[in-house]
Amino acid sequence: MSALLQQVISGLSTGGIYANIALALVLIYQATGVVNFAQGEMAMFSTYLAWTMINAGWPYWLAFFTTMVIAFVGGVVIERVIIRPVENAPVLTIVMVTIGLLTIFNSVAGWIYTYTVKPFPSPFSSAPIKLGPVTVSMQEVGVAGVSVATLILMYFFFQHTKVGLAMRAVVENPTSSRLVGVKVSQMLALGWGLAALVGAVAGMMVAPLVFLEPNMMSGILIYAFASATLGGFNSPGGAVVGGLLMGVLENLVGTYITFIGTELKLTVALAVILLTLLVKPSGLFGRAAVTRV
Amino acid sequence: MVPLLEARNLEAYYGWSKVLHGLDLTVEKGKVTVVLGANGAGKTTLLRAISGLIRTTGEIRFDGVRIDGKAPEDIVRLGIAHVPEGRGTFPNLTVLENLRLGAYTRKDKQEVRRDLDRIYTYFPVLKQKSNSPAGLLSGGEQQMLAIARGLMLRPRLLMLDEPSLGLAPVVVADLFRIVRAINEDDGVTVLLVEQDAVGALEVSQYAYLLETGHIVSSGPADELRQNDSIRKSYLGY
Repeated sequence: MSALLQQVISGLSTGGIYANIALALVLIYQATGVVNFAQGEMAMFSTYLAWTMINAGWPYWLAFFTTMVIAFVGGVVIERVIIRPVENAPVLTIVMVTIGLLTIFNSVAGWIYTYTVKPFPSPFSSAPIKLGPVTVSMQEVGVAGVSVATLILMYFFFQHTKVGLAMRAVVENPTSSRLVGVKVSQMLALGWGLAALVGAVAGMMVAPLVFLEPNMMSGILIYAFASATLGGFNSPGGAVVGGLLMGVLENLVGTYITFIGTELKLTVALAVILLTLLVKPSGLFGRAAVTRV
Repeated sequence: MVPLLEARNLEAYYGWSKVLHGLDLTVEKGKVTVVLGANGAGKTTLLRAISGLIRTTGEIRFDGVRIDGKAPEDIVRLGIAHVPEGRGTFPNLTVLENLRLGAYTRKDKQEVRRDLDRIYTYFPVLKQKSNSPAGLLSGGEQQMLAIARGLMLRPRLLMLDEPSLGLAPVVVADLFRIVRAINEDDGVTVLLVEQDAVGALEVSQYAYLLETGHIVSSGPADELRQNDSIRKSYLGY
């Protein structure tokens, strides 16, 4: 029983990371109707920037927050320079552009930093903490804490600020938003910036576990896709719940279904995507898309 | 006196097809002006042209200043509120959030709060339902919300696109009464676009008749009401 609890709790910690990347995917999907396949690689690249700063002797948290700022600006610039020109192109074109971005970030990271796996420091110690029958590490608690804090800040931003409200309005009805004076294209750029920022946080949190290398996010991105699909691609809250569920599910399946182990972990995520699309395509919390004809 | 809104030789296009053919139209300050016309006459296009949502040629002046070619988000900032066809509310946002969006461009927070209270006196039902999603309101309530959202701008010109569409006659009468009150009590100039000629002519001082992108007739509202051919084709008696 306590082993089960143990797995659930450490699953919630990785789940927080999935939740963040899933939220980043949903933010861009809602605003533009397109899945950003480069989300993971953008996070990976940000993490490399943090690594560079830390290696240059910067204190961890200074590097952490500087990276967040750079990621945000980078996200805005990507939207302005690369996405904007294809904004009105068919969905497939934009998808190809984001896949192109994925490849570019991946190769550039490999070119600059090589493909050698690098350790990435964690701000949290691995000291164990006893919570009743279960033992968790400070590391797990810290990662979960940072993820949850990011999600709460996002929630606050979207629910309680004027700009957050405007961004939600743009998602619902771009024309009406323009008619009340919202600068829609600025909001889209802001959405990319926020998604890049949230992704960067997740990248820096997960890097100590998976180690830093250009492909470090590929598995995580697939789990994040599964999270967003499970929760509902048009529901930010659903994506978060989906992320936590996926984290727990990953751990439980890895522990109790022995033939899956670590080798078939990705298959679990893909199976979740497939099952969700078969049973409830809009996800647990998503709304089915209604198109008036 | 400079008219509040003036269009000269206004032409508008959807893609390559011309929808408005050289319109001349004037909206006087403090009045309610109505543009009547059947489906497809170009009424909606006219409003979309004024608020900058579509490509136009010709001149549009607001308070003497050219606004044609400007972006919608800049035109709003001049004080033109456009309540679009089909209401254009944000169904998943609450009523209050919809109203707050109406005042998005305003910086005078205190005044916004006061305007919100005033608007609640015009539309008490919106106050009762301020925390429910706009999508759950009835058709009439949604139209009220759309108009209220326009008023939250504290507009100098309020443009209403077929507020009567799909509503029961009792509700429509109610709406027109509120439009008149807004015009008389708050001095908001209104440009109304309508198919329901009977109700619209009653609240308006000046009227235009639009047919397939041309203005075919215009004059003071009560004169148009007396005009035989208009009575037959638009008023049905």
